[in-house]
Amino acid sequence: MPKAQSQLPHWEHFDHDADMGIRDIAPTLAGSFEQAALALTAVITNPNTVGNTRALSIKCQAPDNELLFLDWINELIYQMSTQHLIFGCYKVKIEQGKLTATASGETVDRERHQPAVEIKGATFTELRVYRNEEAMWIAQCIVDV
Amino acid sequence: MNIGQLIRRGETCWEIPPTSAMRVPAVIYADEELIRAMDQKVYEQITNVATLPGIVEAAYAMPDAHWGYGFPIGGVAAFDPDQGGVVSAGGVGFDISCGVRTLYTGLTMDMLRSGLHRLADELYRAIPAGVGSRGKIHLNPHEMTAMLSGGARWAVDRGFGEAADLERIEEGGCMAGADPAQVSAKARERQRQEMGTLGSGNHYLEVQRVVEIYHRPIAEEFGLRTDGIVITIHCGSRGLGHQIGTEFLKEMAMAAAQYKIALPDRELACAPIRSPLGQRYLGAMRAAINCALANRQILTHLTRKAVDTLFPGVRLRLLYDVSHNTCKVEKYTVNGRKKELYIHRKGATRAYGPGHPDLPEAFRGVGQPVLIGGSMGTSSYVLCGTEKGASQAFSSACHGAGRAMSRHQATKQWRGRELVDELARQGIIIRSPSLRGIAEEAPLAYKDAGAVVDAADKAGLAHKIARLEPVICIKG
Repeated sequence: MPKAQSQLPHWEHFDHDADMGIRDIAPTLAGSFEQAALALTAVITNPNTVGNTRALSIKCQAPDNELLFLDWINELIYQMSTQHLIFGCYKVKIEQGKLTATASGETVDRERHQPAVEIKGATFTELRVYRNEEAMWIAQCIVDV
Repeated sequence: MNIGQLIRRGETCWEIPPTSAMRVPAVIYADEELIRAMDQKVYEQITNVATLPGIVEAAYAMPDAHWGYGFPIGGVAAFDPDQGGVVSAGGVGFDISCGVRTLYTGLTMDMLRSGLHRLADELYRAIPAGVGSRGKIHLNPHEMTAMLSGGARWAVDRGFGEAADLERIEEGGCMAGADPAQVSAKARERQRQEMGTLGSGNHYLEVQRVVEIYHRPIAEEFGLRTDGIVITIHCGSRGLGHQIGTEFLKEMAMAAAQYKIALPDRELACAPIRSPLGQRYLGAMRAAINCALANRQILTHLTRKAVDTLFPGVRLRLLYDVSHNTCKVEKYTVNGRKKELYIHRKGATRAYGPGHPDLPEAFRGVGQPVLIGGSMGTSSYVLCGTEKGASQAFSSACHGAGRAMSRHQATKQWRGRELVDELARQGIIIRSPSLRGIAEEAPLAYKDAGAVVDAADKAGLAHKIARLEPVICIKG
């Protein structure tokens, strides 16, 4: 990938035999968590099809960035599951191990979203949160579907 | 997998001798072709399992083993509490007690043919499937607790099914030792609207036709005849199990140091069986097993109602219900002594052989049915447990085929609409809310279960009894 493009915040999926890896790259830790959440949405549906009629506040706290990432993804999975929501937009702040975020989206519309699969949970497999040599934050893990 | 790292012990048995932190060997059951195609990650994961405290005899991988989380999918391991053995949330996984049950219909393909499309529509209407589906049964806190204690017995007591069903479910339909108090408010909330739902991904309800019999006497004992129609349900403990897995995985991973357990992979998160955390997990995990049994029982009830609208008087009887993501206490002879061991099966099916005292009377003479699921266009199999299996892998066999390619690759290769049309040409009716979901679950995205069950048969883990082909598939 050209350097200019690699420095833009973006997300990607990576393969796992049975499930799906989510990976996200951004200049800030919070930005990488926002991108990760978009990658999570994209496991289920195209994020561009998701409207913006509901917003939820989410808070997490963990002793390190990897556990914080796991908690963040698992909290989104929980909210989607119990509220029948799909999120398309995320705003994240992280200060001293505390995450506060707003996740915006709408109720799942099976016709329009064609949701492929529900996500059971985020795993420790391939879980990493780190800065690469270009000082970009990368956060990733496999999610069980 | 690099075959050079393995010692061949037989046509379908491969051993990895213990090195470095491994406490016991790892043993993989598969033929050479399956071994060569197996992900190298299976080697890494099964040798990691062999490092866990209190592991007995060996860490085993079934012929369908593939890259999982911590344990490989298709992993089996037994732990002895007297030797500091552990219970592992990672060794059970997120979809606690995911399993398969098969129902006889007494119908033949000829009797079904004219009503096939109407039956597909009726089942699709009756069975909540896929993301965003909601069950019609909402449990208040008291009933949720009763369900978590009672499993399928609770469901039958509430009118979902028949008492005779319970004899055809592992544990008689109710997992002893469940402790609903260990099930968090979040796990309960996640289940509130999910009782009697199928889920998504590789979960399904299929109407299947018996197309091949490999062992006629046992097939007859099981009630299977060529051209007979059965209905198979594959699903698990839904959101409740997923949440319990999520919560205990993290708690056990964080507590490992406190218990002086060196985890080669955090996903192997575990705690000593005889620790407060280990006991709390066992109580919650057993409650999730009951949730899965109750869920499959409710789905059976909904299926019966749907079939009855088109085929009044047809009685659906249960062949058997097996779970393939569990940790259960079972008795085995180890070094000449009877021991109670904690058997983890992650993507592996229990396969008790003839004479096992825990089997229902109906199967005590021949061994239990082992139900192996396929994927939409591919065959499913009924196998039978063997006596030999008890000394090979703690009475365990495979559970399915495993994926041949990722979901991402599958959606690049197939379109959902084209697959539905192609399967229709093959005589398989698909009903699903998601075309993308169908593409991700394309039959060719899975390995051939035939090769897997052949290897299980040759290894003596379980014997092939019958092959089933899908006729209708309701996919989440």
